[in-house]
Amino acid sequence: MRPLMKAALLSTAIVLCVAYAVTSASAEIVYNRGNDTDPTTLDHQKTSTVAEGNLMRDLYEGLVVQDAAAKIVPGVAESWTVSDDGLVYTFKLRQDAKWSNGDPVKASDFVFAYQRIQKPETAAPYANMLFPMVNAEAINKGEKQATELGVKAIDDHTLEITLTSPTPYFLELLTHQTGYPLHQASVEKFGDDFTRPGNMVTNGAYMLEAFTPNDKIAMRKNPHFHDAANVQIDVVNFIPFEDRATCLRRFEAGEVQSCSDLDNQQMDYMKANLGDQLRIAPYLGTYYLPVKVKKEKLADPRVRQAISMAIDRDFLANQIWRGSMLPAYSFVPPGIGNYGENAVLPYAKDDILDREDAAKALLAEAGVAEGSLTVELRHNTGENHKNTMTALSDMLKNIGISSTIVEMEGTGYFDYMKQDGDFDITRAGWIGDYSDPQNFLFLFESQNLGFNYPRWANPEYDALMQKAAQTIDIDERAAVLKQAEELLLKEMPIIPIMYYSSGSLVSDKLKGWEDNVMNVHGTRWLSLAQ
Amino acid sequence: MIVYVLRRLASAIPTLFIIVTLAFFMIRLAPGGPFSLERPLDPLIMQNLERAYNFDKPLWQQYLIYIGNLLQGDLGPSFTRRDFSVGDLFRTGLPVSIALGSLAMSIALVVGVLLGALAALRQNSWVDYTVVGTATLGITIPTFVIAPLLSLSFGVMMGWLPAGGWGTWQHMVLPVATLALPQIAIVARLTRGATIEALRSNHVRTARAYGLPARVVVGVHALRGAILPVVSYLGPTAAALLTGSVVVETIFGIPGIGRYFVQGALGRDYTLVMGTVVVIACFVIVFNLIVDILYAWLDPRVRYD
Repeated sequence: MRPLMKAALLSTAIVLCVAYAVTSASAEIVYNRGNDTDPTTLDHQKTSTVAEGNLMRDLYEGLVVQDAAAKIVPGVAESWTVSDDGLVYTFKLRQDAKWSNGDPVKASDFVFAYQRIQKPETAAPYANMLFPMVNAEAINKGEKQATELGVKAIDDHTLEITLTSPTPYFLELLTHQTGYPLHQASVEKFGDDFTRPGNMVTNGAYMLEAFTPNDKIAMRKNPHFHDAANVQIDVVNFIPFEDRATCLRRFEAGEVQSCSDLDNQQMDYMKANLGDQLRIAPYLGTYYLPVKVKKEKLADPRVRQAISMAIDRDFLANQIWRGSMLPAYSFVPPGIGNYGENAVLPYAKDDILDREDAAKALLAEAGVAEGSLTVELRHNTGENHKNTMTALSDMLKNIGISSTIVEMEGTGYFDYMKQDGDFDITRAGWIGDYSDPQNFLFLFESQNLGFNYPRWANPEYDALMQKAAQTIDIDERAAVLKQAEELLLKEMPIIPIMYYSSGSLVSDKLKGWEDNVMNVHGTRWLSLAQ
Repeated sequence: MIVYVLRRLASAIPTLFIIVTLAFFMIRLAPGGPFSLERPLDPLIMQNLERAYNFDKPLWQQYLIYIGNLLQGDLGPSFTRRDFSVGDLFRTGLPVSIALGSLAMSIALVVGVLLGALAALRQNSWVDYTVVGTATLGITIPTFVIAPLLSLSFGVMMGWLPAGGWGTWQHMVLPVATLALPQIAIVARLTRGATIEALRSNHVRTARAYGLPARVVVGVHALRGAILPVVSYLGPTAAALLTGSVVVETIFGIPGIGRYFVQGALGRDYTLVMGTVVVIACFVIVFNLIVDILYAWLDPRVRYD
């Protein structure tokens, strides 16, 4: 017995030494990546936030993917064709696409995923991203069977998707996490538990290793990924930072190599001390003020236009938001795809003093005597929102409009606006899901009660949106959408005041991070200098 | 004594039940719900979600379902962290919070009592003034100031310890210090006051008159009485420390349970809030009981027979 024990101990020791030598010889490249927050779930069909999108982008690969500059490049599909009427997309899947357990990625995995996301019992919050597919909406309503979805696996490597109407931004939609496939066998086997570490099978550059809430989500390079040879980071730890200042400290201490957001209060400090590591890039989003148009005092578009004229957007963006926002004179942000030149408010370049004079004249024209109009400015809790409203109140005073400021807690706030709350002017923000003007302009279609906070109903606008939906030619469609936006800016049921920008901290050691309007940075495109 | 403990534990059940019931209905009074987001959901999708989580049922039915599950030890699913049940979250988070909290509390108890007793024995000397001065400072500076300062100085500037995160013993130093510092201050002040009083009391004077050594007079006779206010203070404090601190966990990025209460309340994660309420209530009940038992042991005048 004794010698046996000795032998066992000795061999264990040897194994441990060898293991240690091996691991230390090939030191792993570990990237600690700051993320906004933890995900609601790792079931990508039940996710909706930007932070969740960042995780899913590393875990999964869709038919098409966004490269480092957010350009669409082939993903699981190596090529595709579109029918002349713009309705049928045929994707050729690459032969070497594999799941993290080694199984091949088949066309049926996409069919399975796309059917599952539309099933009512899945309760996917973003199922509507894929509503352009034939019967998708009806399945989601429970009116049709999932098998009737317009998605077919012709063979293991050919996928055919049929749309209800031509959708020029369809490929953009497929880059969203709702467009990712699912490993049918593991989802069916584990049910709701398929996202647990050990159960989860993914087809992206990384696979799930561990998930500790409020601590980190650890992912390891997927050895079966078709482009694994070019994936340079071995382990990526997504660390949630609800407190942005905490991320900044850990960034400065060298403990994390990137932060997904900035602490705006320390903008001056970061500008002075972090140099190129501080990244501020235009983002696909707009900060705007919904105006309840059916209120008598705000019913005249001239009054709304006058309010818009008096707003000094440069002051808001640079002083209140410390340069973390950009002044906006249109609702659709610049740099968006499928649009061309933006529609812009005519007084965008005018001096603020001239604009105030013009605003006063416009108010007089509308029959509003100076000092006779009082509006309520309502915002949800947030230091910057509060400051924005305070500044707005001062700006309105300059043209003889007095105002009161009301603050509401966040969760109730959006419900209040959605349910036609009795407000005058509020604030809201919209971040695009895909790079297309339709994704911004559809908010104010009259039947869109969830998002049309002002309850603005304009048949002409609705008709233009309808027309755009049926126009296949991209340029022609862009022109129609631009007409719609011009109408929106003329009628002013919402006052655009700022564009969002994405702010990140990116370590000098982290290479390959390209600023882009979608703010997407898949870890597979990055590398880390030791 | 055992009868007393059993009776106290039995009376905890209706208390818990009332707390759970009140909390269940109170959180539902808050506007919004777990699925109200800045970006409103498609009404159709909202319906699907509500059905999946029983929100379409009347409130009293939801309550009965919840109580039924609770009696079987099931705290329900979390709405904002759907890969975990509320039970899962506490299983991973509670050990972290308990580790931090108990360390901080032990340090506060030992250091605080020592400093307090020292200050009392050297009343109105420079030792006393230093202890009282530092303690007053320690109580006035809030944790949300101390925590980033410690992280900034020891983590970022000097680089001796991690600025945040969790995993090794080094990660525990700064958060434990943050939690312990104000407690040391409070315990020291309590001990000082009580010790001064005890030193003047009859039984200590008697002990002195018997010619007992100062070590015994102070260590056994004076401190035993002087520690009573500290014990009664530490009961609820222990419950608070062991169930985690929102501030410390957020600033140092620690995966304890302190943040769940706030995250749950803001996200209208009803079950997570309820779970936190149940856990905190249990801790408070247990620690109050422990305090009462300690009292009986420390103070011969208290008996529970």
